[in-house]
Amino acid sequence: MDIIQIVGLGIVATILSLVVKEQKPMFSFILATFTGVVIFLFLIGKISDVIRVLEGIAMQAHVNIVYLDTILKIIGIAYIAEFGAQVTRDAGQGAIASKIELAGKILIMVLAIPILSVIVETIVQLLPS
Amino acid sequence: MAYDVNAIFQIAGIGIIIAMIHTVLKQSGKDDWAQWVTLIGFIVVLFMVASFINDLFQEIKRVFLFQ
Repeated sequence: MDIIQIVGLGIVATILSLVVKEQKPMFSFILATFTGVVIFLFLIGKISDVIRVLEGIAMQAHVNIVYLDTILKIIGIAYIAEFGAQVTRDAGQGAIASKIELAGKILIMVLAIPILSVIVETIVQLLPS
Repeated sequence: MAYDVNAIFQIAGIGIIIAMIHTVLKQSGKDDWAQWVTLIGFIVVLFMVASFINDLFQEIKRVFLFQ
């Protein structure tokens, strides 16, 4: 029952954050960030297991490992960008959060371009000339 | 997990205690000392959070980027 632990942690951290916010808003923000980090660290073990299974399936299907690698990198960038954007938006800096999201999108696009070019080349080869 | 939860309580406790010390020092007229105490508290907590964020990013790197 991991979900009960996480929800309890979230509620306790929210109450503590509200208590501290009266005197020091900065500590409240740091507490929220820290709770996010703890929950993320808790979840990343599970994600790791899922990825191991995916890798096994890809090995059995003889998928080129480069594609799986790229997809994993894209997922990682998405998680990090999402985390940073949420923390920044919590602190009231919506503009910086939007820039972080933009950076995440562009970096993902850069990573995806080799796959895209491979797809285009394959389609061009398939076409009768 | 247990260690991390302790850290959350530590941060909240540091915040409350710093607020208390700040109030007491301000009441007794030592305004600049109150500011220093607040600043040091921020630095300590920021250090804790930064080290944990470093842990998180290393873990994400290990899981997603370098396998």
